[in-house]
Parts: sequence; C-alpha cells; structure tokens
Amino acid sequence: MSSNDETIERFTSRGYEAGFYTDIEQEFAPPGLNEETVRFISAKKGEPEWMLEWRLEAYRGWLEMAMPTWQNVRFPPIDFQAISYYAAPKQGPGSLDEVDPKLLETYERLGIPLHEQKMLAGVEEGGEEGGSGASGVAVDAVFDSVSVTTTFKEELAQHGVIFCSISEALRDYPELVRRYIGTVVPRKDNFFAALNSAVFSDGSFVYIPEGVTCPMELSTYFRINAGHTGQFERTLIIAERGSSVSYLEGCTAPQRDENQLHAAVVELYAHDDAQIKYSTVQNWYPGDENGKGGVYNFVTKRGMCAGKRSKISWTQVETGSAITWKYPSCVLKGDDAIGEFYSVAVTRGYQQADTGTKMIHMGRNTRSHIVSKGIAADRAQQSYRGLVKVLPTAANARNYSQCDSMLIGSECGAHTFPYIDIQNSSAQLEHEATTSKIGDDQIFYCKQRGISEEDAVSMIVNGFCKEVFQKLPMEFAVEAQKLLEVTLEDSVG
Amino acid sequence: MLKIQNLQARIEEAEILKGIDLEMGQGEVHAIMGPNGSGKSTLAKILAGDESYAVTGGGVALEGEDLLAMEPEERARAGLFMGFQYPVEIPGVSNSYFLKAAVNAARQARGEAEIDPVSFLKLARERAQWVQLDESLLNRPVNAGFSGGEKKRNEIFHMAMLEPRLAILDETDSGLDIDALRAVADGVNRMRSPERSFLIITHYQRLLNYIVPDHVHVMVNGRIVRSGGKELAEELERTGYALFDDEEAA
Ligand SMILES: Nc1ncnc2c1ncn2[C@@H]1O[C@H](COP(=O)(O)OP(=O)(O)OP(=O)(O)O)[C@@H](O)[C@H]1O
Ligand SMILES: [Mg+2]
Repeated sequence: MSSNDETIERFTSRGYEAGFYTDIEQEFAPPGLNEETVRFISAKKGEPEWMLEWRLEAYRGWLEMAMPTWQNVRFPPIDFQAISYYAAPKQGPGSLDEVDPKLLETYERLGIPLHEQKMLAGVEEGGEEGGSGASGVAVDAVFDSVSVTTTFKEELAQHGVIFCSISEALRDYPELVRRYIGTVVPRKDNFFAALNSAVFSDGSFVYIPEGVTCPMELSTYFRINAGHTGQFERTLIIAERGSSVSYLEGCTAPQRDENQLHAAVVELYAHDDAQIKYSTVQNWYPGDENGKGGVYNFVTKRGMCAGKRSKISWTQVETGSAITWKYPSCVLKGDDAIGEFYSVAVTRGYQQADTGTKMIHMGRNTRSHIVSKGIAADRAQQSYRGLVKVLPTAANARNYSQCDSMLIGSECGAHTFPYIDIQNSSAQLEHEATTSKIGDDQIFYCKQRGISEEDAVSMIVNGFCKEVFQKLPMEFAVEAQKLLEVTLEDSVG
Repeated sequence: MLKIQNLQARIEEAEILKGIDLEMGQGEVHAIMGPNGSGKSTLAKILAGDESYAVTGGGVALEGEDLLAMEPEERARAGLFMGFQYPVEIPGVSNSYFLKAAVNAARQARGEAEIDPVSFLKLARERAQWVQLDESLLNRPVNAGFSGGEKKRNEIFHMAMLEPRLAILDETDSGLDIDALRAVADGVNRMRSPERSFLIITHYQRLLNYIVPDHVHVMVNGRIVRSGGKELAEELERTGYALFDDEEAA
C-alpha cells in the first residue's frame, strides 16, 4: 500500500514519548573502568568490606572474559573505557518530600505514581484474568545509578515485607544480601553478568517472609537520564516458604544519538511452595529511524525454584531498545517446581532482538511452559532462542513451548532457535511454532468495514499477543497494549 | 445513487475493465452476471477501494461524490459495503470485537457516540438470527476456520450490522447449500428498502429467484455487453454466454 512511507516518518519522530531529558545537577564518576572505579562505586554506596571484595573478584574475572559471539545481533565493539559507571542526582535519596521536585516531575511525566495513593485497577478491558486486585502498587524509582525513593515502605513493613533499593539492603540487611547474591547468577556466569557484578550501582531488593502473600504489586521504574553512562542495575527477590509476590519493572530513557549500555542482573529465589511472578515492560529508547542511538539491553535474569512446588513466572513485553539480548530463565531444582515464560517482543526500524528463555529441569515432576510471541516490522530482525534441559535427576519432567512470529512488511525477519538437551527418557516435550504475516488482504478487509489501517494493525497484533498480555497484572496489561499500539503505529508498508 | 462512467482499469500490464457504464438508482437491485474472469470481482473491488488495481480512465460517483478519491475506510463509513467472494480470515480477533470496531468507526464518522456494549450485543444477536448465523461464530476469530458457507453468511451478517446504503455482494451465493442460500436471500430481502441499493454479482439464476432484481447486466471481457430486466437472467440460464462472445467480437 502506497501512503505509508510518509506515515512511517511521522511515527518515528513522535512514537517515543519517553524520549525527554531531565535537566538536573548530577554527580558522575569519570569515564573509564579499573579497580579504582569499583572502589569508588562501593565507597559511594557505603558498602561493607566483603561487598567490595566480591565486586573486585568479579572485576578480575571479567578482565579475563571475552564478549560472546554466538548471538544473532550485530553491533560495533563497545568501548568500556568511554562509559561513566556512576551518575546520580546531587541531592541524595530520601522520602517523598525530600526528593527533588524535578525528579518527581520526571516520573509524573512518565506516568509513574510516586505518591502513595492507591491506583484503581482498570476495569474495562482484559479483566478476565484479574490476578492482581485493586490493591495499589509500591514503586522503587531508580534514576541512573541510584534509587531516588521507594513508596509504601511502612505499609509493607507491617507485613514483614522488605522492599527497598539494593544499596539500602546492603546497609540494613547485609546478611540477607550476602546469603543470596550471586547464588542464582554466579559472578562469572557470563561477560555482562561479571561486568554488572563489578560495577552495579542500584536496583531493587525484595524479601517476602514465610507464609506472606505480598499485599500489593511491587514495581521498579528504571530511568536512564545522563548521557555517556551505562546503567548496571541489580535486583534480588527472595520468597520464603509459602510466600508469594508479583513484581513489575518498567524502563525508559531519553532519545540520544549514542548507544547506551544497560547491563542488569536479576536474581529470584523461591523456597518451598513460594511463588514469584516477575513482569517486565521494557521501553528503552530504540534509536532513530536510521538506526542511530538507542539502548543496548544486555541482561541476565534467572530464577531459582529451589523449593518443592515453588513457581517462578517471567512475563515480558519488550518494545524498546536498539538491541534486546536476554533470556529470563528458571532453574527447576525442587521437585514439582514450575517455571513459566511468557514473552512479547516487538522490533521495528533497525531494532534487533535475540531473546528467549532457558528452563533447566533438575527436580522430579518439574514442569515448564513457554509462550513466545515475536513481532518484526520494517527492517527489524528478531530471534527466539530457547533451551529446555532435562537432567538425569528430573524424572517425569514436562515442557510445552510455543513460539509464534508475526512479520509486518517484507524486509524484516524472524528466526527460531529451540535447543533441547534431554538426559532423562521420561521427559515429555511439546513444541509448536508458527510464522504469520499481516497481509494486505487482511488490511483491505478491515478497511472495507470502515476500520482504519492503524486500528486494524493494532487489533490484529493485540489478538496475536493476547495470551501473554493476560498474564500481566491487570493495570499493566492495558499499559502494554497501548505501548504496543504506539510502537507499531504506521508499520504496515 | 451510483454512477459509473467509462471505467477502465488494469492490474500490472493486463487491461481488465475496458469501459464500464452503469447507473443505479436508490432502492434498486442490480445483478451482474458473466463468465469467469470477465472482471466482475475487479469492478467490485475497485468500487470498494482496493489499491492493487490501477484505474486508467473514467470515473465513479456515489451520491454525487467522487468515489475514487475516497479511502476505502471512508467509502465504508459513507455507507458502501462489499461482501467478499473470498472472505478474509483474521486470527486472534473475535468477530464481535471486529464488528463493534466497524460499527463504531461508522458512528464516529457520523458524529455519533459509540454504541454501548449491551445494545451492541442485542443488535448482534438479532441480526445473526436474520441469516441464521450460529451465535458461537460471534466469539470466534473473524472467518478463521469458518466453513465456506459460514463465511458467506458472516458476510451478510456484517452487512446487516453495518446497514449500508449500497451493498455490493460478490458471489455470496457460491458454495451455499439450499438452506443457506435461502437464509442469505432472506437476510438480503429483509434489508431491502427504498433507501438501500444492491449490486449482486452471481453466476446463478437461482439466487435471483429469491432476490428479484430490477436490472440484470451481462459482463463479458471487461465490458457490460447487455442490460435488461430479470428475464435476461433466465435467458442466460438457457443460452449461456457463447452468444455474447460473438456480440463482443462484432
Ligand atoms: N492480481 C492479478 N494479477 C493478474 N491478473 C489478475 C489479478 N487479479 C485479477 N486478474 C485477472 O483479471 C481478470 C478478471 O478477474 P476477476 O476476479 O475480476 O473475474 P471475475 O469476473 O470475478 O471471475 P469469477 O467469476 O471467476 O469470480 C482475470 O483474468 C484475472 O485472472
Ligand atoms: Mg469474481
């Protein structure tokens, strides 16, 4: 169809609404990476000595590691000496009335509630699932390298729930952090995990005590603001026996010509009968229409289902970033443990994504469920990469995988790399994959009924992703749907 | 209502419509018959705004407006409906959700408020009844996995929901069993009114026994070679199109 080139132009300039910059006084570490940088960050955070040693050990490990090459994404070499590893607003973190009004404004503009009033769950749409009630959302707001505030802390504390920045946790609950950090993602797990372990600056810490169902949604909003910096966040969530929690992270960054590195590590730890639901709505700046700029989102996320009947569920909606490269995974160690991965990844323009999951079955009767929906438009490339591994100890393991790709236009591509490694013959695996296209005939049919092209595309794409959106907490499902609409505006060419 | 003048069109290098003239008044039912490949669907799709065809000459006016200058969705909102010869499947989008979007797009264009869900559901049930469309098809994805007959009934159901001023039905009767044919014809007859016009493309006289046309046109090789009353359809049934090939050659 003909009228589209101009509309694509129109889109790229207005499509990324979070692309603004907050002009605020910030403190930076000078660019460059060496042991001094690591010491500087650790000192800034007032960390215990063991933490510094832990970081230095990771740093030395990283020096000996090389950037992997197996990924199906392309980018020029990263100059790790050109990046600043620490950037923080001059005015330190604090309670709401102490936070710089400019920061509050920033979050307001992004639509993130930092005031402690209960949000009402959207009732009109997508309401069937209703996993999360109208209970409100607690927010940890991370701005570049530091957490600026965390809401609802007191109310959560009444239930024994700890929700704070990881820097605070290192000061207030060092033993808890020490016991768990690096147990799910070891320091030298991979190149970027090692880098993160050396220089991570902030992130969230969650602890749910035995038997407690967390009374509200927890969420962290990561905002990259400063230029020439990287964001290295670290999140650790611990669910004790019989507890449960639902956590969501959202991410945005200003529009810039340079590529910015975001290398996070997320570790989840579930004891017997515990459940952790981790949702991501990732909308980092994707770069401009010529592929200039954008965030490199290179992240290691892993959950340990250590306990019997424990359950970890990853849901991700990835619409932003120049490059998304991540595999939220589950280690199913406890008997009868369950791992889930629900993903929607959208790439357009020159965006690239290589994402998927790993399900490692160790315990008996462990089950995993994978649903991946990939959408590629324009010149974008996308790969699903997944591993299902069944160890000899995992009798009666089961996996179901479904990988669907949707192509919009003819210059984009979708690729699927499902790996399986079965070492126990009682395992049962099912894999389904489809590739579909939004056809001109479908668009014409919709138009003939009076539906505009934009509405037609968003209707078809939403239909394609419905299964995953239903897994998101209700208030975010609506958000995600809108985000997808904005992202794919005018994408049929 | 509709005035087609010397309409010519091609796709890639092939000239398909070679000068069509056709005038339809309000409330009239016209039928177009003609051999396979003569350009009937091409005409229907050009009227609906399919951009894969290039109009190379002539023009079309819908109630005095230049139809060809309008976007397909604008034509639809202005009251033009086309029932597809091959209805398109849209997986993942429920039939009722789709129709609600369609109904609301038209209402919005008229400056009306969106239809409320309860009224919509009531209307949908009533109109589904008109063509005896199984209600379960409302909640299934648009046309996906529908049988051939179900797809055709669904087209008429869409028409009944959208209440167009001009409905073009491209072989809506093909592939229907006798009961379905009756149901579709009943649906159309129910919709007939002094304000609403129909352009019905068909190969079979049988449909025209149920939906009695005011005019019948014969299209051969991109031209309308003869027009007449409903008796023309009966004549065609007896003689076939061979006669017209000669006429055209002459
Ligand atoms: N995309 C296309 N490329 C090339 N030729 C085409 C294309 N679409 C239609 N045609 C040709 O145009 C001519 C008219 O086709 P059209 O579908 O309008 O015929 P029709 O009268 O509706 O036939 P039928 O009775 O079989 O439905 C045919 O010869 C067909 O092959
Ligand atoms: Mg035809």
